[in-house]
Amino acid sequence: MASDFGKADVPTLFEESVEGRVGVSLFEEDENTDSLLENVVPQCFRRSLPLGLPELSELQVMRHFIRLSNRTLGVDTTFYPLGSCTMKYNPKVNELTAADERFLYTHPFQPQRTLQGILKICFELCQWLGELTGLRGVSLQPAAGAHGEFTALLIAKAYFRERGESQRTQVLVPDTAHGTNPASAARCGFVPVAIKSKNGKVDLDELQRHIGEKTACLMITNPNTLGLFEDAICEISHRVHEAGGLVYLDGANFNAMVGRVRPSDFGADLMHINLHKTFSVPHGSGGPGAGPICVREELAKYLPVPILSCRDGFYYLEYDRPHSVGRVRSFLGNIPNVVRAYTYIAQLGYEGLCEVSGFAVLHANYLLHLLSSSFDVPYGARCMHEFVIDGSRQKKFGVKALDIAKKLLDYGYHPPTTYFPLIVPEALMVEPTETENKETLESFANAMIEISNIAETHPEEITDAPRTTPVSRLDELSAARNPVVVWPNV
Amino acid sequence: MALSEKRYAKTHEWAAREGELIVVGVSEFAVEQLNREIVFVELPPPGKVVSAGQSFGTVEAVKTAADLYAPVSGVVEEVNAQVLDDPNFLAQDPEGAGWLIKVRPNAHEEWNSLLSEQDYRDFLKQEGHH
Amino acid sequence: MRNNPFIQTTELQEQEMLAAIGARSLDELFSEQIPPSLLTSEAGSLPSPCGELELVRRLKDLASQCKSATDVVSFLGGGCYDHFIPAAVDHIANRSEFLTAYTPYQPEASQGALQAFFEYQTLMARLYAMDVSNASLYDGASALGEAVFLALSVHPDRKRVILPFTLHPHYREVVRSYVQHLDVEVVEIEHRGGVTDCEKLKEVAANEAAAVVSVQPNFFGCLEDVDAFSDAARRANAVFIAVADPLSLGLLKPPGEYGADVAVGEGQPLGLRTYLGGESLGIFTCRWDYLRRMPGRLVGLTRDREGKRGYVLTLQTREQHIRREKATSNICTNHAHNALRATIFLSLVGPQGLRAIARKCARNLALFKSWIASESADAVAFRQPAFRETVIRLNTNANVVCEKLLERGFFAGIPLEILGPAYEDLLLVAVTEKRTDAEIKSFVKALREFLA
Repeated sequence: MASDFGKADVPTLFEESVEGRVGVSLFEEDENTDSLLENVVPQCFRRSLPLGLPELSELQVMRHFIRLSNRTLGVDTTFYPLGSCTMKYNPKVNELTAADERFLYTHPFQPQRTLQGILKICFELCQWLGELTGLRGVSLQPAAGAHGEFTALLIAKAYFRERGESQRTQVLVPDTAHGTNPASAARCGFVPVAIKSKNGKVDLDELQRHIGEKTACLMITNPNTLGLFEDAICEISHRVHEAGGLVYLDGANFNAMVGRVRPSDFGADLMHINLHKTFSVPHGSGGPGAGPICVREELAKYLPVPILSCRDGFYYLEYDRPHSVGRVRSFLGNIPNVVRAYTYIAQLGYEGLCEVSGFAVLHANYLLHLLSSSFDVPYGARCMHEFVIDGSRQKKFGVKALDIAKKLLDYGYHPPTTYFPLIVPEALMVEPTETENKETLESFANAMIEISNIAETHPEEITDAPRTTPVSRLDELSAARNPVVVWPNV
Repeated sequence: MALSEKRYAKTHEWAAREGELIVVGVSEFAVEQLNREIVFVELPPPGKVVSAGQSFGTVEAVKTAADLYAPVSGVVEEVNAQVLDDPNFLAQDPEGAGWLIKVRPNAHEEWNSLLSEQDYRDFLKQEGHH
Repeated sequence: MRNNPFIQTTELQEQEMLAAIGARSLDELFSEQIPPSLLTSEAGSLPSPCGELELVRRLKDLASQCKSATDVVSFLGGGCYDHFIPAAVDHIANRSEFLTAYTPYQPEASQGALQAFFEYQTLMARLYAMDVSNASLYDGASALGEAVFLALSVHPDRKRVILPFTLHPHYREVVRSYVQHLDVEVVEIEHRGGVTDCEKLKEVAANEAAAVVSVQPNFFGCLEDVDAFSDAARRANAVFIAVADPLSLGLLKPPGEYGADVAVGEGQPLGLRTYLGGESLGIFTCRWDYLRRMPGRLVGLTRDREGKRGYVLTLQTREQHIRREKATSNICTNHAHNALRATIFLSLVGPQGLRAIARKCARNLALFKSWIASESADAVAFRQPAFRETVIRLNTNANVVCEKLLERGFFAGIPLEILGPAYEDLLLVAVTEKRTDAEIKSFVKALREFLA
């Protein structure tokens, strides 16, 4: 049966299983167990189906996962210029501090006097995020960026409800936005309205046409996903505020300006921050991240409960907040990531954070400069922390952005984000981050230029890529047509 | 029963008369745009009311999903079960065996506002597709 | 020299790069693109840079201002449990390839992570006895929120969601927050003696419920009559959502055995630390019919061009980056690394281990309950069958008792005042497999004078 799914370099845990094998020594079962269990868990409550878990030794498990790790690219493996994802280096001291046993085994229902150290970390991180954004009401609860968006929009909803402006049902979303923005808006019962951009930035006339008494929010990403700072942002915010709406900033690109621009100064009322982007929390192959939200003081009363407070040097959780939108998850937030982000800011300090944004922008501009002779550059020679190039020139030879991305894998790089933003046809969105060096940027650029040259002469070498990865291109069509999402039971 | 001439909507659906019913499908062009990689089709059950210009279902490719807009208003009389079962019918023959639904129309004038085959081709050209 | 280990660019290289792009300074790159009035250089309350040696000292100092289950014998639970974690879990999970990778968007470069998540999906589907699982969500409470959204999408014309009061209060609060902007009524069914009043449940569910939610074990640790929930949901043709603790499934009937349409849970007991409740894993499994309505990432099996087995993210048209406002959920990042820990944990403990841990928890609870009962028959608040957790009635406010017991080296449990003033003399006590008979005995002794 396994052969139905092709030859595998690493068999699944289920294929490796051998009956009777154990991976950990547990405890001898006490003699009185059966009789004690009779009353506490009578037969009718017990499982009759087999568990179906694999039976493996510790060594088997080690080898299995080490082999899987060898088939996974991380920032610690190679350059990872995935646009809008901020794949910076994750400092190891953060892992050390976050793994302190006295944090690891704290429990959310412990008496608060036994939690002062970790509550202080949470409280101070809130203060620092408030300082960096100028938005002083902070909640650490949201588990990810999208969760932060959702929570902030619930706050907007509550704000308008209290003002008796429930007719504000629309959320304006520029067409350069991440797909999460309209999805979060729809989740909160708002109707997303797309705003077309002009020359890569929000078109003020187009914005004006859609702004009105139905406007609840503008959700804007700044710098936007083309890596351009919306220089009319103050005017944009002003118009939204004039119309009675709120300005929501998607903080995915905060790395471009951390320390140098406070979003409150350009009119943002609410925003989320991705601790796993700007503040160096590792992405973990897709989470857990953390998406704290920061809001203006007058919106703070709507923040999820509980919030962190401090009185006379005692840190505590405050629950009595009648206007709160309520909880959006259990407990307080992704606390290990709070400790990592805290460690990061504490190490770099304000000066270090300004260097972060400074070098993120310098590196992006330098890489853009190196690539601009070989690729179409739709939006000019200057960018913030990321930029978008267009593979249309290469497409004429039959080589698409996707092919370029796959060929980069053969050069040992993780490719940039492809086909986003949607307004650039063969988009390759590149974010080198501040933590890379000049040599890496140059070798990456050389690889890109070489690929572009090969595209002209031997396009099939590119469309055939990758050849050096554990598998070649995968059949996504049949995966979606006939989904196999669990290993079959025998 | 034989189909009449085809008419098209700017959203790339086609319509053709079959007796009193109108057969609705997706144009060759649209399916080509999806690289013919159709993985899933969602259609309304018979008896459902559809209105012209409103979404009545979706077509999903590997990494795109497109809404289907009804070219005419009416009641769904029949659904192409073959396509639901195997979306490849739509991928391979969108203007024939890959038809989607048959509608009993309730506003006959809507037919007239649809594009003729030639007008649809001109429209595609205008939009920059050849 | 720059005193920032995470900026590799030397001053010379900085000058070379600036010259190449035609800019004079870093500051100029900002002032060229950003209105000058927006640029700031005020540190405010932000700290000054700090070297690694001093940094570690500072964080250790903060850690020393915490107590945890390593210094205190813990009987805390309430949705976050102190369970055994094999040493190899940390060792594997800390591999930096897993830790520092992004969501596996480029499958050829992410086969390892994708295979691990495929294995995770399989383990969860088997554990819960459901057809399919996604690759994880944030936590149990928000997974329930997502399940409720799924139910509302199945029944767009229905406006009621039925929850038992015995569900974890955070889950109830999250469901309320999640639907607060919708025209949806959340109905909570009261309990009698620690378990849901099933007569009441039947009555309420019959009336146009979109979803009926069950929980096993419930917040009090008691075992619910889940078949009654299943019946009530079936009769009302509502989506039946089962909340179930994954570790308990080593012993208890899984949701698939009692007819759940969707089963969710908190994966923290599977190899994750208590970490102030912050190391969570949202388990989301369902019947095959709901596959395309499922939120979150999903990994599927396929082949490459040579016919070799491979894994990809699949059914992505459900997701926000393609479907935008029509997505099944706004979720993109999930809790992949926590799902990896659960996968490693389950691979190591295997079926015998999971069964043994679950049985030990139940056995320890039974022992604790019998010792408490022999001290004071009235102190066992609910006499229902239970798993891992139980409620003790005290002769005074439970917060006071917790403070006293802390002085004797115990985290005694959770004062149930959080459920309302009527619960102020009740204490929720969790007894995991980690507690020894001697610890349980001395805890009972310490509690003796406070028992009702």
